Amino acid sequence: MADDVLFDHALRLGDDALVMGQRLSEWCGHAPMLEVDLALANIALDLLGQATHFLNLAGEIEGKGRDADALAFHRDVLDFRNCLLVEQPNGDFAQTIARQFLFSNWQELLMREIAAAPEPRLAAIGAKAVKEIAYHAKFASEWVVRLGDGTAESRTRMIAGLEWMWRFVDELFDPMDGAPSRRGEWDARINRTLTEAGLELPKPRRGAMGGRAGHHSEHLGHLLTEMQFLQRAYPGATW
Amino acid sequence: MYTTELKDKDQKAAAVSLADEDPEKLAAFEARVAADDFIEPKDWMPEAYRKTLVRQISQHAHSEIVGMLPEGNWITRAPNLRRKAILLAKVQDEGGHGLYLYAAAETLGTSREEMIDALHSGKAKYSTIFNYPTLTWADIGAIGWLVDGAAIMNQVPLQRTSYGPYARAMVRICKEESFHQRQGYEIMSVLAAGTAEQKRMAQDALNRWWWPSLMMFGPPDDKSPNTAQSVRWRIKRETNDELRQRFVDVTVPQAEAIGLRVPDPALTWNDERGSYDFGAIDWEEFYAVVRGEGPVAKERTQARVKAWEDGAWVREAAVAHASKRALKMAAE
Repeated sequence: MADDVLFDHALRLGDDALVMGQRLSEWCGHAPMLEVDLALANIALDLLGQATHFLNLAGEIEGKGRDADALAFHRDVLDFRNCLLVEQPNGDFAQTIARQFLFSNWQELLMREIAAAPEPRLAAIGAKAVKEIAYHAKFASEWVVRLGDGTAESRTRMIAGLEWMWRFVDELFDPMDGAPSRRGEWDARINRTLTEAGLELPKPRRGAMGGRAGHHSEHLGHLLTEMQFLQRAYPGATW
Repeated sequence: MYTTELKDKDQKAAAVSLADEDPEKLAAFEARVAADDFIEPKDWMPEAYRKTLVRQISQHAHSEIVGMLPEGNWITRAPNLRRKAILLAKVQDEGGHGLYLYAAAETLGTSREEMIDALHSGKAKYSTIFNYPTLTWADIGAIGWLVDGAAIMNQVPLQRTSYGPYARAMVRICKEESFHQRQGYEIMSVLAAGTAEQKRMAQDALNRWWWPSLMMFGPPDDKSPNTAQSVRWRIKRETNDELRQRFVDVTVPQAEAIGLRVPDPALTWNDERGSYDFGAIDWEEFYAVVRGEGPVAKERTQARVKAWEDGAWVREAAVAHASKRALKMAAE
């Protein structure tokens, strides 16, 4: 893989994990029950770890002296390469679960390929990440079933959460890195869980795209404002 | 993190009931405790012991849970990825501590829901320290260093407390707290050696957290009516003032080592005692915070109640799903 292609690839992987981890960490201390609070923090920690590895690798490939922190804290919206799905707001717990369910199932399939890919540095990070992500996908899928099957209210909320997130699915399969080839297996997984939950697939709609080219939703700017505040307010300081 | 043992309405009732206990059983119990035996959930124990423990362990659990909020306030704004991961893991640890402490208290016959209701209604207390705001990143350092440092002073003796499940929970908690304390101190030392703005942040955080940290040990011994009975029952092993003194003696040199000034003009080394003399604590402030008049007490309670109420439908859904599933499995 040419260096610039590899750089972009590592950046996409790192940014997905970083933004998703940042979103999940907003739940810390506020989740519906203590066990869920701990689980969401675990997932956020896994993703932060993945982000650090992928972004450090991106910086190394780029060769301009940027490390994961420089990439995370000193880029603006246009240079972030994460998918739109991960930057969506937490909403209620069902919306958070919908986002995690769609994302982790996709990320697991992607990471499996990366773990087996010829690029050894990506593969090493992927091999560790794939085990973590398998747990994230299981956690989210189980909650989709609980909420879909639970009460009338939880079902209504779960449907609304999936409705909110569904327009960001197509972007995950935008033709790059062999993405379309993963769609079949992903659809099958999603269908299986939704059936178990007694839910239907949301109606097809025009997908929202642009994240991979730096054209994000309005939400990312606010997320970065918060995340980057100290680095921006005190340039050059060491923490 | 530790909670000072704070009075609530149940306490008077608990004190009275000791006279109603079977004297023989009571004597045997006292002898076991005096011999440093662990009391286990199924063992006989005086009602007052049970109530005191439920109060203390649940206050401790509540403090862990409410304590997630001031630090959680900085997770999304942590200055780099390493600090973010450490802070998130730390706050998660506090949640884990809450979980095993609630479990330890449940062995005494009070459910987690009852304890949480008591927290939300204001009937149960939590450590006064969490009713102060975290204004800057340095507060995250100060909390780890001072608040977790004070917690360790309190908790190390509790590893030998007389109630087995509580003692065992404390063993695990203490290991994690000492890691937190080191992390907090490390944040402070980096700031204290940083730019002028960072140093100012660090000194300001020490100024604001010092006195509330000393208050964490609870009222002075002559105003702490619980202490004697609790020490006798090995629920507590050292008095508030002894622990507070040890904290001051350990912490002052740490502040000096990184070039920060402890905000107490009366602080002086006393050669004769081999300890620091320190200035008077504003107990009026402490009692006001205990009464729920801390600067951010309203925000803390509101955040906990909101999380609980917003999550009600999730907990109901989990229960409904579990029972549907159990029915289905029974039918198959």
